[in-house]
Amino acid sequence: MSDWLRAEEWMALTLSLKVSFWAVLISLPFGLLVAYALERKEFRGRQALNGLVHLPLILPPVVTGYLLLLAFGRRAPLGLWLEETFGLVLAFRWTGAVLAAAIMAFPLMVRAIRLGLEGIDPKLEEAAATLGASRFWVFATVTLPLLLPGLITGAILAFAKAMGEFGATITFVSNIPGQTQTLPSAIYTFLQVPGAEASALRLVVVSIFVAMGALVASEVLARRAAKRISGR
Amino acid sequence: MSLSVDILHPLGAMDLEVCFEAPRGVTALFGASGTGKTSVINAVAGLLRPRTGRIILDGEPIFDTAMKIDLPVHKRCLGCVFQDGRLFPHLNVQQNLVYGQKFAAVDSTGPDLPEVAGMLGISELLSRRPAALSGGEKQRVAIGRALLSRPKMLVMDEPLAALDEPRKQDILPYLERLRDETDIPILYVSHSVSEVARLATTVVMMDKGKVTRFGPAEEILSDPANVRQLGLREAGSVLQGVVAAHHDDGLTEVTVSGGTLLLPHVNVDPGHQIRVRVLAKDIILATKAPKGLSALNILPADIVSIRDGSGPGTIVQLKAGEDLLLARITRRSAEAMALKSGDRVHAVIKAVSVARTDVGGG
Repeated sequence: MSDWLRAEEWMALTLSLKVSFWAVLISLPFGLLVAYALERKEFRGRQALNGLVHLPLILPPVVTGYLLLLAFGRRAPLGLWLEETFGLVLAFRWTGAVLAAAIMAFPLMVRAIRLGLEGIDPKLEEAAATLGASRFWVFATVTLPLLLPGLITGAILAFAKAMGEFGATITFVSNIPGQTQTLPSAIYTFLQVPGAEASALRLVVVSIFVAMGALVASEVLARRAAKRISGR
Repeated sequence: MSLSVDILHPLGAMDLEVCFEAPRGVTALFGASGTGKTSVINAVAGLLRPRTGRIILDGEPIFDTAMKIDLPVHKRCLGCVFQDGRLFPHLNVQQNLVYGQKFAAVDSTGPDLPEVAGMLGISELLSRRPAALSGGEKQRVAIGRALLSRPKMLVMDEPLAALDEPRKQDILPYLERLRDETDIPILYVSHSVSEVARLATTVVMMDKGKVTRFGPAEEILSDPANVRQLGLREAGSVLQGVVAAHHDDGLTEVTVSGGTLLLPHVNVDPGHQIRVRVLAKDIILATKAPKGLSALNILPADIVSIRDGSGPGTIVQLKAGEDLLLARITRRSAEAMALKSGDRVHAVIKAVSVARTDVGGG
């Protein structure tokens, strides 16, 4: 495929894959935690948390990107703190694209995991507790294995969303070829340049394949996991 | 080992106010649906937190509002069996069975996997998944799983309620074995009198969140005062008998304290104990020893008390030897025969059901 795609296009594709991979990997534990809290726990501020999680879904992506810039820009308080303590710079770097993609994909991931949790009978967890399993073991030996299909669906859905993220990313980390130019940003750029329609078109085809592939993979994996769980 | 429960908890429109003790053997919590039986079980298991009270298991408080003790579910060492089995769908039968074993105390003793699987007749199913089991098999696995967690007590919430009659009859012998072959006390919730009569050594009767009576099963079941709650059809008494001999014509002779009974073949060796259940509706009374009657089983008995019901019926409590019997006759016959307490009568027993108490010889 590296022959078929030009270097710039190839760069955009690999960057997008890298960004999406890390975005999913980093947000998965948080997604699990938030989904579990929203689905199983009664606490004050539950509705507020629910709203906050869903905010990126309803806000214009540009707004989310600008808010990220305000919070994590190099002179913003959080950005300064991250740079001083961890040497981590987000604004205008690929790491920032990871954060933007993770935040934009987070609501989808949480929804999928919540749906999975909804399908698990809490009575099974109670039964495990009566057999002597502490909360941690109940989670590790009953909840988590039964949640596997939901986790897979959530992760792949989030991955697809991260691959396509545009608005927040371009606002927060700009559109620097080789550094922050993801697949959608590259397509957008090529469309602005006269004579680059072919490049744009090739990336469009790649996008469609990646998206379809993710969808099929999620279906197959989730179904296989569900089959393994039920033993049928 | 024993369990003592004394709790108070508001439960919707009624208050759960329960105080009883469950000694060794099977203690049945009996009552109609919606009387709070399951709430009691949940409180004992730690799944419901009563407003006040205390629960003592084996001499140690597992819940006590005065002492601020509320042991979490997983530290209570109870083996629970629920109506709906609740097997883990992602684990096979063997993995389900040993699930609780890894959490049991290191020094705990009890039957191991082959023993339990053998006792419950599930050795052949170990590699199957719960989805491939029948309802009865699922419940047996659930019982085995609870047993293998090395509990101080087994807690069963209507474990047979979801099964059809033949499946129930399949499982009851296993529960009897559990009662007779292990030292683990069982708290057993049921709304079925026949189950209670067959299994229970102690009965706790509940109504509208309160304990109305509790005591030894024979005593509670043969008390005319409880007939109403047990249901007229199901009212009856439980007698302890010993198999005396098997006759050539297929009948088994059983000795009870008030005489002998001849029953259709009972698959228990002579010398072993069995429980015999006689329903109140299956006893006819005669003032003189009846002659020319096809009934084989006639026990002489003394009338202890006569209790009129709201309808045309009367419940007569009898004492035959050491055992108490209940007979349901019409008030009209009671008056015509001029029955009164202390009279000697003959109890003609039309039908008897048998439950094994000792499976060793079976």
